[in-house]
Amino acid sequence: MKRWLPLLLVPVVAGGLLAVSRRGEDSFTVAEKKTIASLALTALPKLQPDPSNRYGDDPAAAALGATLFFDVRMSGKGNVSCSTCHKLERQFQDDLPRGHGVADTDRRTMPLAGVAYNSWFFWDGHRDSLWSQAITPMEDAREHGGDRAFYAHFMQREFGERYDRIFGPLPDLSSVPEHAGPLGTPAEQAAWRGMTPEQQDGVNRVLANIGKAIEAFERSIMPEQTRFDRFASAIAAGTAPGKDAAFSELEIEGLKLFIGSANCSTCHNGPRFTDGQFHNTGIPPVASLPPDHGRAEGVKLVEADRFNCLGRYSDARAGDCGELRFMAKSGKGLERAFKTPSLRGVAGRPPYMHAGQIATLEDAVAHYANAPAEPKDGSELHAITLTDRGRMALVAFLKTLGG
Amino acid sequence: MSRRLLIVLVAIAILAIAGWQLAMRMFMAAPGDLDLSLSKKSENGLYAVSLAPEQAPIREGPLESFILTVKMANGQPVEVSRIEIAGGMPRHGHGLPTEPRVTAALGDGRYRIEGFKFTMAGWWQIRFTIEAPPGRDEADFNIVL
Repeated sequence: MKRWLPLLLVPVVAGGLLAVSRRGEDSFTVAEKKTIASLALTALPKLQPDPSNRYGDDPAAAALGATLFFDVRMSGKGNVSCSTCHKLERQFQDDLPRGHGVADTDRRTMPLAGVAYNSWFFWDGHRDSLWSQAITPMEDAREHGGDRAFYAHFMQREFGERYDRIFGPLPDLSSVPEHAGPLGTPAEQAAWRGMTPEQQDGVNRVLANIGKAIEAFERSIMPEQTRFDRFASAIAAGTAPGKDAAFSELEIEGLKLFIGSANCSTCHNGPRFTDGQFHNTGIPPVASLPPDHGRAEGVKLVEADRFNCLGRYSDARAGDCGELRFMAKSGKGLERAFKTPSLRGVAGRPPYMHAGQIATLEDAVAHYANAPAEPKDGSELHAITLTDRGRMALVAFLKTLGG
Repeated sequence: MSRRLLIVLVAIAILAIAGWQLAMRMFMAAPGDLDLSLSKKSENGLYAVSLAPEQAPIREGPLESFILTVKMANGQPVEVSRIEIAGGMPRHGHGLPTEPRVTAALGDGRYRIEGFKFTMAGWWQIRFTIEAPPGRDEADFNIVL
């Protein structure tokens, strides 16, 4: 019987090989190829209309939005525009740990490529449309530092005709105070309270339309093709990647880790490398800043936002507002959970995380490998074993997501 | 001799299957023996429950809705007073990213449940807790994207 024993290994190996042979001839398994294809830019679906913004695909609105995006007069002191932090030549971000408009803010400026694909905006998702996002910094004292009545008067003064052609006639602003708003200084708030509901509604609508024009512009900011995308296309087609698209051994190793044992593509999935959801990954808070509860606070703010999908300034029907209607409002996963950022272009824009806590890509990879415990609320991360070479490989792969 | 050959052949067959299973398990996100049936008895056998996506196949990303049908074993439709929905991804230790709920009772024991969102590929589990006059019972469904 003994001489039969080694033969028994043959079927085990054969059975195993039969399964493994489904992996294909080259260095990627069938499952890996499928995942790689799902990350490529070619997998990005056509951008769907935003039902909450009927001007979202109106070229005249996009043109006005572009003008407003770069106009520093869209601020309390005439020195801050959207592009102050969202810099065109810097992936629409500012390279700072935390954005700086009129003053320092508490969070990292996000890049804008593919932003219109999001369901939630800001790191904590406290807005549910690109237009309601765009108007929020305008009234923030540390960002644009302006007030609602001022923006309405400014539109009338500087862009009245363009506004009218897109949105119809501006409301009568003749008796609206020059400065008034529900979020401004005590004097501005008092002036706002002194306005009639009709005046407030008129001003609110102008503000919403400013946001809708800016969204129409921002919908054109799309992710660009990268070396990874050229590599992925070749893998999908079963051809050899072209000269610049060919990956080094280290980059291939990094890609395999990314979609495999390092678990990166669990959250960084799809062609934008994000699931668009909120996760607590144990990023340490910045000691000098007030506590940031992330999504736990974001759900309350977006529900209370009068410019949300279900509000009167939205063009959507209730049936189009599923993200808001079915949003998770409770549960342990919300506290200090922040939105998964896209990784496209990531190597070109340190520092990282929601308040710029991590200076380099190497340190960011190290954070996910070490998965430090989250003091209070429990990180979703599980520590993974990465060799020094594995870390280098992941960084090398992440660099292929730009240029 | 022939008996010995038979034993060896059986062993070969078993081991080949084991080798195949082992290799497949290494490449699959969900356990191979996962119950993927969308019609089943509730845990304590009170109801016959079936789940049907309103749009097939189920997609990764957009909101999805399902029709949950609750009947007695004899096929009589059940008028449900409450359906609780929970779930998540057992392998990732997180719950559902949204709060789905019943939005319409369609009659004949059928209930529309809206607001599911499957944010990533892999194994998802959904648990329905059904409260109705015959009693409270649960039904778990597995969905693999």
